[in-house]
Amino acid sequence: MHHLSQILNLNIIWFILVGILFTGYAILDGFDFGVGILHLFVKKDEDRRILLNSIGPVWDGNEVWLVTGGGALFAAFPGAYATVFSGFYDAFMLLLVALIFRAVAIEFRSKEPGRTWRNTWDIAFSIASFLAALLIGVALGNITRGIPLDKQGDFTGTFLGLLNPYSLLLGVTVVVLFAMHGAIFLVLKTEGELQAMIKGWVPRLIALFLTLFLTFNIATFFECPDLVAVMLTRPYGFIILGLDILAAISIGLMTAKGYEFGSFLMSSLTMILLMAVLGISYFPHIVMSAPNPGNSLTIYNCASSHKTLGYMFIIACIGVPIVLAYTVSIYWIFRGKTRLGHVSY
Amino acid sequence: MSVEILSRIQFALTVSFHFLYPPMTIGLGMLLVIMEGLYLKTKDPLFHQLAHFWTRIFGLIFAIGVATGIVMEFEFGTNWAAYSRFVGDIFGSALAAEGIFAFFLESGFLALLLFGWDKVGPKMHFFATCMVCLGSHFSAVWILIANSWMQTPAGFHLERITGTLHTRLPDSYIVQTSDLGHVRAVVDNFWAMIGNPSSLNRILHVVFGSWLVGAFLVMSICAWYLLKGRFTTFARTSMTVAVCFAAFTTVLQSISADATARGVVRSQPIKLASMEGVYQTHDYTPMTLFGWVDTKNQTVHGPQIPALLSFLCFHNFKQPVQGLLSMPSDEFLAARHPGLSTEKLAEIRPTYWPIVGAVFQTYHLMIGLGSAVFGLSFLALTLLWRGWLFKADNPLIRPLLWIYVFAVAAPQICMQSGWFTAEMGRQPWIVYNMLKTSDGISRAVHANQVVFSIILFALIYILLFITFIYLLNRKIQHGPDDDQDHHTKAPGVNEAIAAGLFSKKGRASSQE
Repeated sequence: MHHLSQILNLNIIWFILVGILFTGYAILDGFDFGVGILHLFVKKDEDRRILLNSIGPVWDGNEVWLVTGGGALFAAFPGAYATVFSGFYDAFMLLLVALIFRAVAIEFRSKEPGRTWRNTWDIAFSIASFLAALLIGVALGNITRGIPLDKQGDFTGTFLGLLNPYSLLLGVTVVVLFAMHGAIFLVLKTEGELQAMIKGWVPRLIALFLTLFLTFNIATFFECPDLVAVMLTRPYGFIILGLDILAAISIGLMTAKGYEFGSFLMSSLTMILLMAVLGISYFPHIVMSAPNPGNSLTIYNCASSHKTLGYMFIIACIGVPIVLAYTVSIYWIFRGKTRLGHVSY
Repeated sequence: MSVEILSRIQFALTVSFHFLYPPMTIGLGMLLVIMEGLYLKTKDPLFHQLAHFWTRIFGLIFAIGVATGIVMEFEFGTNWAAYSRFVGDIFGSALAAEGIFAFFLESGFLALLLFGWDKVGPKMHFFATCMVCLGSHFSAVWILIANSWMQTPAGFHLERITGTLHTRLPDSYIVQTSDLGHVRAVVDNFWAMIGNPSSLNRILHVVFGSWLVGAFLVMSICAWYLLKGRFTTFARTSMTVAVCFAAFTTVLQSISADATARGVVRSQPIKLASMEGVYQTHDYTPMTLFGWVDTKNQTVHGPQIPALLSFLCFHNFKQPVQGLLSMPSDEFLAARHPGLSTEKLAEIRPTYWPIVGAVFQTYHLMIGLGSAVFGLSFLALTLLWRGWLFKADNPLIRPLLWIYVFAVAAPQICMQSGWFTAEMGRQPWIVYNMLKTSDGISRAVHANQVVFSIILFALIYILLFITFIYLLNRKIQHGPDDDQDHHTKAPGVNEAIAAGLFSKKGRASSQE
């Protein structure tokens, strides 16, 4: 029995760790995507450069959360990694294209003074950020709703089937969430007229997000009866959901009071609690199969061996504190308002 | 075309394109550490200028490396789902470790390296440069451990999963196509997995190759400055650092090449025989310098040096190198195809070989250009020592400098052809002697989907490559900032060129 409980512990720990990595990714690259989505709404060249440079030193490190999250999913739950990545083939290829263009557009954009050059890369940066946010939301929507799997755990649906209304709703919600998160981040990083303009957008984005967020929660109630059934057996999930809604509302309250950093924290907390609610209602599944729930992948039937989960846990215990230490240091070094200099983009 | 072939083409395309960039950042990273270290030691602003200029080149290369690198991590899952399920227990942990130990280190300190010149002191900046360089090396280490495990698997056992029951399979167990999804490789010993027989050799071989890629990149750009008489002080100093580093590295690389090849002899004799096109087994096996493989008559045409291959493989002229016609062994084949006669097994045998002609050519391309890199490095060192290398007006040195301008391609082609040798040479296996490449594909993916993504990547990578070359050229034309040559107008630079330079520089700096 002792041995069994140890396995259980490691599987659960990795379920949580993978969740933390993807949540960290959403919070960190979320504001990068948000800045990208808003980029074209800023017209002056100098202002666009400030937007790019506000995320310049950090976007690359933020993307590593996705790479590490993907690696951790591969290592801890290879079956889920294989199913999701091969099942969402076309969507993930488009996501890769979006991530490639986002990265190179940031790098290339200010290297040439020409207007056409800069406009082209500005558009690439913005569309890529928008597309990435949308695809991440759609993928998450399909995972939440469940996808058709066969007995081997292989996806049997189609690309068009992934574009169902519920998942698209989550896609749009994520786009607006990231745009709001990015705008709140930009208020922290900008000053003067540019900041005043972005400050004008924030309340509207918050209102739009709250509307979509509530619509999404109601839609989940009807679209995912299995998750609701699980939630009813875990009533503390509703407390977390309630806190999440409170956190989302307090983004608006904080903004109204002028607590800029507070609203950024609340926006991040909203994402953390949203992922926590998903985790509570989803556990112990990692990919739910619909319509054949018997083919679902759980943290037990698609996990790596106890030994690997143990080794990986040691690696995480050594690596994560070091990573957090220098990530925090680098954010600290680059804190404050973004100003253009001779090394800027 | 089948999903297997298409997925292989896509992986080869995306990984080859990506692999143009990390070797440059690994090699250039080492040179940045040396240059910035020299600045800290001597306080000579010239070294600061060096570090500053090469950091900007580094930033451009790094961005494309990052952008194209994430593709492979997705592709294991998107295109090779069955493979991912089979090896996730082992391969996945190496990838996750790469993320935690390498990518975070690289990307975190890259921010300081690129944007931190005024934010932190020179010592802290130097520390950041060292960490980026270390991170890029760690990345090479982890991904090579993962790949080496596929070449020479160790520290694992196979297990069958039936429901919740996991049964250990014997070491001799042969994986069947019908086992996919129920049988997988599971780690026994993490350190044996990491230290599998080919890891260390292959890590060193690729890292030294990357150092040469970086050194030749610097040498190429500097040779061009010397030929054009621009930024000469800067170019001479950079070139001196790069040439010394290249010559030092070629010595290490020669030792590593010998060790790597002898590792292949021990652990993958079929690959070795294909590299040299050896079909028959005889004493005093000769080495073919160049030529082609006649697969129909199972022989090689081209000039040969007697007994050299035996000597290189075993450090003994007589010992025969085993030929393809006896590999894999009858026992190996009989275990996979029970009940067949020896004649039938001999007919099946070639399906366990890679495409011998292709492996032979990529290997010989690497060896040929690798020797050229060795020669060019020592020639440059000798000329540097004699004080002739920078005499760009000398009619003998001038064409030689042009050779160095174009020699930037040589170590890059070596790296690419070396990887093609390693990866094509292990076919038909995706995990050596255990899982066939054809069994590793994603069953949920159809051929038309892969065709679509290949076209997508091909178009994007063409665009990226053209833009990269264009921007790299702009950075080279712009040159280092605050070059003293501009103020002193070194003799030999005529006024017109100098005036042109100023206007170019003026235009470029107006964008900032």
